[in-house]
Amino acid sequence: MSDHHHKETFVTKYIFSQDHKMISKQFLVTGIFMGVIGVFMSMLFRLQIAWPEKSFTIIEAFLGPHQTDGVMNPDMYLALVTIHGTIMVFFVLTAGLSGTFSNLLIPLQIGARDMASGFLNMISYWLFFISSVVMVISLFVEAGPASAGWTIYPPLSALPQAIPGSGAGMTLWLVSMAIFIASSLIGSLNYIVTIFNLRTKGMKMTRMPLTMWAFFITAIIGVVSFPVLLSAVLLLIFDRSFGTSFFLSDIFIQGEVLHYQGGSPVLFEHLFWFLGHPEVYIVLLPALGITSEIIATNSRKPIFGYRAMIGSIMAIAFLSTIVWGHHMFISGMNPFLGSVFTFTTLLIAIPSAVKAFNYITTLWKGNLQLNPAMLFSIGLVSTFVTGGLTGLVLGDSALDINVHDTYFVVAHFHLVMGVSAILGMFAGVYHWFPKMYGKMMNKTLGYWHFWLTMIAAYGVFFPMHFIGLAGLPRRYYTNTNFPMFDDVADINVVITLFAILGGVAQLLFLANFFISIYRGKKAEQNPWKSNTLEWTTPVEHIHGNWPGKIPEVHRWAYDYSKVDEDGEYIHGEDFVLQTTPLKDGEDPS
Amino acid sequence: MLALFYIFIAVAIGVSFWQITRILNFRSVIATDKDNDTQGKLFLWFSAFLYAMMIYCLIFMNVLMLPESASIEGEHDDNLFNITFILIGVVQFIMQFVLFYFAYKYRGKKENKALFYADSHKLEAIWTITPAVVLVVLIGYGLWQWNNIMDLSDAKDPLIIEVYSKQFQWEARYAGDDNALGRGNVNYIKGTNTMGVDMSDLNAQDDKQLSAVEPIMYLPKGRKIVFKFRSQDVLHSAYMPHFRAQMNCVPGMVTEFGFTPKFTTEEMRVQSEVVAKTAVINKIRKEKGEEPYEFDFILLCNKICGASHYGMQMKIVVVEQEEFNKWYSEQPTLGENLAIK
Repeated sequence: MSDHHHKETFVTKYIFSQDHKMISKQFLVTGIFMGVIGVFMSMLFRLQIAWPEKSFTIIEAFLGPHQTDGVMNPDMYLALVTIHGTIMVFFVLTAGLSGTFSNLLIPLQIGARDMASGFLNMISYWLFFISSVVMVISLFVEAGPASAGWTIYPPLSALPQAIPGSGAGMTLWLVSMAIFIASSLIGSLNYIVTIFNLRTKGMKMTRMPLTMWAFFITAIIGVVSFPVLLSAVLLLIFDRSFGTSFFLSDIFIQGEVLHYQGGSPVLFEHLFWFLGHPEVYIVLLPALGITSEIIATNSRKPIFGYRAMIGSIMAIAFLSTIVWGHHMFISGMNPFLGSVFTFTTLLIAIPSAVKAFNYITTLWKGNLQLNPAMLFSIGLVSTFVTGGLTGLVLGDSALDINVHDTYFVVAHFHLVMGVSAILGMFAGVYHWFPKMYGKMMNKTLGYWHFWLTMIAAYGVFFPMHFIGLAGLPRRYYTNTNFPMFDDVADINVVITLFAILGGVAQLLFLANFFISIYRGKKAEQNPWKSNTLEWTTPVEHIHGNWPGKIPEVHRWAYDYSKVDEDGEYIHGEDFVLQTTPLKDGEDPS
Repeated sequence: MLALFYIFIAVAIGVSFWQITRILNFRSVIATDKDNDTQGKLFLWFSAFLYAMMIYCLIFMNVLMLPESASIEGEHDDNLFNITFILIGVVQFIMQFVLFYFAYKYRGKKENKALFYADSHKLEAIWTITPAVVLVVLIGYGLWQWNNIMDLSDAKDPLIIEVYSKQFQWEARYAGDDNALGRGNVNYIKGTNTMGVDMSDLNAQDDKQLSAVEPIMYLPKGRKIVFKFRSQDVLHSAYMPHFRAQMNCVPGMVTEFGFTPKFTTEEMRVQSEVVAKTAVINKIRKEKGEEPYEFDFILLCNKICGASHYGMQMKIVVVEQEEFNKWYSEQPTLGENLAIK
């Protein structure tokens, strides 16, 4: 460690740290912990789906009072599905992904000493930590955790009479989410302010790496949409605890008429999806940003269509805030609104297609360095295309009628946002691990991890489309009540086997990650021969990132393999740091 | 205790990983030319796996799909779906191939130089405009069809049926001879008036409610049906997959959906896709020693509604108009039913 900065105790360095690099590691490790819980839950309910009401000792061991002789109760099945969704979407892919990499990379890639407010940054992490703790505690309440689906539509989520999980479990879910939203907002504001104000000399907006653009726009969508979810959560708390009727009306349950009058669950759906849809892009855009950077670096080529990429990120972000109604085509809202949302939704295909084509063109005639991070990035492009294409079916209101809430939807969103974003997150971890821990991750384990994950992801989610097209609704505890679905039972077994393979493959990652922290090879300063600023900082972390002056930037981030008229590298190598001044007569790209 | 056992196993796995990785060379961290070569080839192999799976699913899972639409309105859904599916299928096959082929073809070598190629407005214009043009077609057809289905204002003499949902069963009420439903509200639920019909409303007297014991909803073939959906407690969704029909049931409001049945249940049972699917199902059921399955239309709940969500269903039977009339005239009216009790 350099010694020019002030003293740190264990607490200020590792726990209440205000250093963005430490906070990013805190986000990552917490996200991984939550991810283990979320993935494990999916293993449990996949067992029930494949072998309905068969006894498993693992279920007996973990589900305590919520199982009978190793068979999970229907309530608990719904609870597992609900908490799996909540944890994966918010705790892993929002906080774990965006929190980790925004924190790590924003100051490093724009050339800042730290975030605009290190204190708020610390608060952001600790609120996230508290919300994680509350969510985990909710798993242990007597009547079981929230079980109304991750979309928590009232009245089911509002009435403990309707489902036991809507008692204390739901209360804790709401409290946890309210805290989570506060954390996310504080984080996002910090990211926006930092990118606007703290860019180093020469770092014009149009010279920023695409990661920065992606995180920047993501933070803006978060600030625009998360407060709306907060309002939905608060109003739902009012309905549940103080007898208001925002979302409830005309309800008769367990032999009595409830007092609620004049509210509408459809209002809740609007508020929820006003966040819920942009959330997809809050999850996905950072992954796409990470991928853009990694694909360019490892192709040894500039990212193709830098400005088009920025434009499509902006277009996706803008459109994402006006398409929420496509989750509600058959909610009972006015069909005319359905038409409008179909139109805006299908428009998203255009910027998405531009991104996919640009990635592929970046690979063309590259000199691909197939590091694990690069494999995960290519994998992301693949699942993004596969998952994105079926969006054309779901976004079309007329077609959505018949596939809405079937397994077709489950397959679609898992591929396009779940798997893609997770692959992006892994890519980021493999790529920036040296920057985080000063060590390298093992590549052999990384390769195994990638291929097993890829095979499992497609093995799980590709056949799932067809189960959905057979008309099978999601969130069914078992399909045995419907002989018409008997023929998909075998496919469900295969899917579960792939899911278990995928789950076990993640152990490779965990092993690689934690062992490399201690035993990994010491990283060089710029192991991937990358152009961006973070690789000009010393390997050992120091407060303020750069020992001397903050470097000045002279070019964009993508001058890979730039050659002169004779076909020789202008700067002698196939990469040029952003800090390198232009040579005489060199074209700025 | 068992949980402890599993945690112990997890620790054991962790420790064995530790041991394995001690042996593994943690010094090898950055891809060499050899790695690039291996991984590039693996991408080709993976694309073979992916293609095999896609083709297998497309061919052998075809029999699992829902049979052709049993409603007249649903025909265009099937059409639009086929167009969309072929389109995305073609794009999927091409894009995945190009992606994985490039990953293989341009795998890095020390002596190679990447091409500095940062931009091409022409290419970008092509792949902005092409999807846009294709989308215009899809959106146009989709919106036309959406309007076609959802606009119930021009339905001539439709049969009006109220479908009522509650945890965890469906009920249904036909509008009677006047073809107008009596008002309903949860406040009127009492005794056998399970759907909460306001019996002081004159329209309600001749309404006909299905028997609460194993209700079967009869529909006439060839007549437009307009469903009015209500819910008693939480959100439900009335999903009739064979008719390409679905609508949420929302407490506090009435939602609607309409279609015209195109085949009777009997006709559907001899339809070739249904015969094929039923054969597959019955082969499986026979192996398990279960009763053979016979095709039936079905209404199932497709919005999470509580613990027994997975069992909430109602059988639908489509018959010829005359047979429907006969059945219909035999059903008691609500006025008769509730007056006797």
